[in-house]
Amino acid sequence: MLSGWGRYPRIDCRVVTPRDEGDAAAAVRAAGNSGLIARGNGRSYGDAALNRRATLSMLRFDRLLAFDPETGRLTCEAGVLLSDILDTFVPRGWFPAVTPGTRFVTVGGAIAADVHGKNHHKDGSFVDHVDSLDLLLEDGRVITCGPDREPELFTATRGGMGLTGTILRATLRLRPITTAWIRQETVRAPDLDTIMGLFEESVDWTYTVAWIDCLARSARLGRSLLFRGEHAEIEEVPADRRERPLATPRHRTISVPCDAPPGVLNRWTVAAFNAIYYRLGTPGTAIVGAWPFFYPLDSLLDWNRIYGGAGFVQYQCVLPKPASAVGIRALLEAVARAGRGSFLAVLKLLGKQNELMAFPMEGYTLALDFPANAPTFSFLNELDAIVADHGGRLYLAKDARMGTGLLHRGYPGLAAFRDIRVRWNPAGSFRSLQAERLAL
Amino acid sequence: MSSPETKSPVLILGAASDIGRAIARRYAETGRPLVLAARDPERLEPDAADLRLRFGVAVELRAFDVLDITGHPAFVNGLEPVPGTVVCTVGLLGDQAAAERDPAALELIVATNFTGPGVALGLLADRMAAAGGGTVIGIGSVAGDRGRASNYIYGAAKAGLAAFLSGLRNRLYAKEVHVVTVKPGFVRTRMTEGMALPALLTAEPDEVARAVMRAETRRQDVVYVRSVWRLVMAVIRMLPEPVFKRTRL
Repeated sequence: MLSGWGRYPRIDCRVVTPRDEGDAAAAVRAAGNSGLIARGNGRSYGDAALNRRATLSMLRFDRLLAFDPETGRLTCEAGVLLSDILDTFVPRGWFPAVTPGTRFVTVGGAIAADVHGKNHHKDGSFVDHVDSLDLLLEDGRVITCGPDREPELFTATRGGMGLTGTILRATLRLRPITTAWIRQETVRAPDLDTIMGLFEESVDWTYTVAWIDCLARSARLGRSLLFRGEHAEIEEVPADRRERPLATPRHRTISVPCDAPPGVLNRWTVAAFNAIYYRLGTPGTAIVGAWPFFYPLDSLLDWNRIYGGAGFVQYQCVLPKPASAVGIRALLEAVARAGRGSFLAVLKLLGKQNELMAFPMEGYTLALDFPANAPTFSFLNELDAIVADHGGRLYLAKDARMGTGLLHRGYPGLAAFRDIRVRWNPAGSFRSLQAERLAL
Repeated sequence: MSSPETKSPVLILGAASDIGRAIARRYAETGRPLVLAARDPERLEPDAADLRLRFGVAVELRAFDVLDITGHPAFVNGLEPVPGTVVCTVGLLGDQAAAERDPAALELIVATNFTGPGVALGLLADRMAAAGGGTVIGIGSVAGDRGRASNYIYGAAKAGLAAFLSGLRNRLYAKEVHVVTVKPGFVRTRMTEGMALPALLTAEPDEVARAVMRAETRRQDVVYVRSVWRLVMAVIRMLPEPVFKRTRL
């Protein structure tokens, strides 16, 4: 049984694991008309990396191939995890140019979902730092594409959810760092207007993200903690760490050992957690390790089990900036009114971006999660209406349930994307459960 | 890990296998240079690049065909310097039903799991003994602990290898060559892809790699990768034959 990170839906999929290009080409040939989809480390939340008939696990496609210490250019296979890149290159003074909130994603998955990070407003998304990639097509050809080479195929592949072909290898540019530490500033915002004002003021910070208490109502609606960060310089690092500033402090991890019983996360426990978290968020500046700053949840392995066996859905939308103040307020009011507190609610101001299928656009993105059950699904339809009314869209990498109406309104590039997809793979061999559900 | 011996090369026979790759990574992590041997060494170029880049170790690729036993002496004598450790991960599960009917299929299973590895490891052990010692690690199988209807030809070859390694261990004990037999149980590899395997009894290739390294450091002789297998196989071995022959394990 396979599922995305949300553990909903769970599907019995036939898994094929290629070790090299020959294996991958053979799997694509064998899948033929019945189709297949590539899968990385299963960190997309919904049904994007599932195909009953053939799911191609890229996890054994995990070799680092070449690195240029002058430029920070790394060529690697698509199944390499960001954690492999961090382990290998942070000690040498390099960091991923863009990283999502977990380091357990593959490079191929990060490209296919065109993931973003806390620096989207400054540095764009993951693929903005990809020079080229090798894509396996359904006819067995491997096409190298990039911004200057087969740009059309490249553009459709970023955020293309694996539907334009299977990414085999990529060359990315890493960012030089002098320490493995982050100067983090925490600012408390008592309401939504304040947090939005703070985001506007913080556009010069490299990294910004806010945790938002989505159960706070009326005057406190939108109360949040803004975290903004910069890579720390050596003189900012604690004195006893200055000798080896790139050494990563040992990060302890613990595992969630089993599924939580249903009901552990309810409106009262979540409200209590949020209230405590808000108060514990000490305003001020601190020098923190890069790991806890970027990957707070990675220290809790298998945290997706806290929603119990039925799984959960993550709901991440983005609204255009002019509509954000009103739209985000409407979303938060709906969440608070329904008492459907999300354990993790994240708000961020994204920068400009304009590709066919990329999720980010200039405006505010809100990410929430909810247990996967019938009341959640009908409630999310209410949120969908708000998102649609404000010209927003949902993130395909998180989605397990959106309808085609919202998809079409949110992704005006869809028709062009489909044309490109069909031109390069006329039989439509690359398809996922999500692609079938949404007719991508 | 400070003696100069620990930086001697590790030779991996069958380095393109999932277990071979996992073992290469674990040894490279400790700074040991590697000699990766496989039938088609060109296929290992990406692995060599990965090991050099991640761990900064020297990696040499060698062509090695386990079935070409007449070529083994030249292969073994061509290794310079003499490896401090050799791990043989070569194996072929084969098709039991086909091997029951077709002598060539049976012979291929025996040659791949027993004759070939035996010849190569025997020659390597002698070269190591002459050079002052080393560690020889063979990957056996729990299937060799008792012949079962579903895979006894493979099991017989692995049982043969286990007996061979036992004898080699005995012969070279005084010459500082330590011989390890590793019995992995089920492992999630290409060999078992698509099979429904019980989670508790199934190891990842990296667990095999860690067991191999642990056996070398602790100078263990025969190790099961997951200790639960020691128990399972003890029970299976204890069943009297009149009972065992009626089972469908």
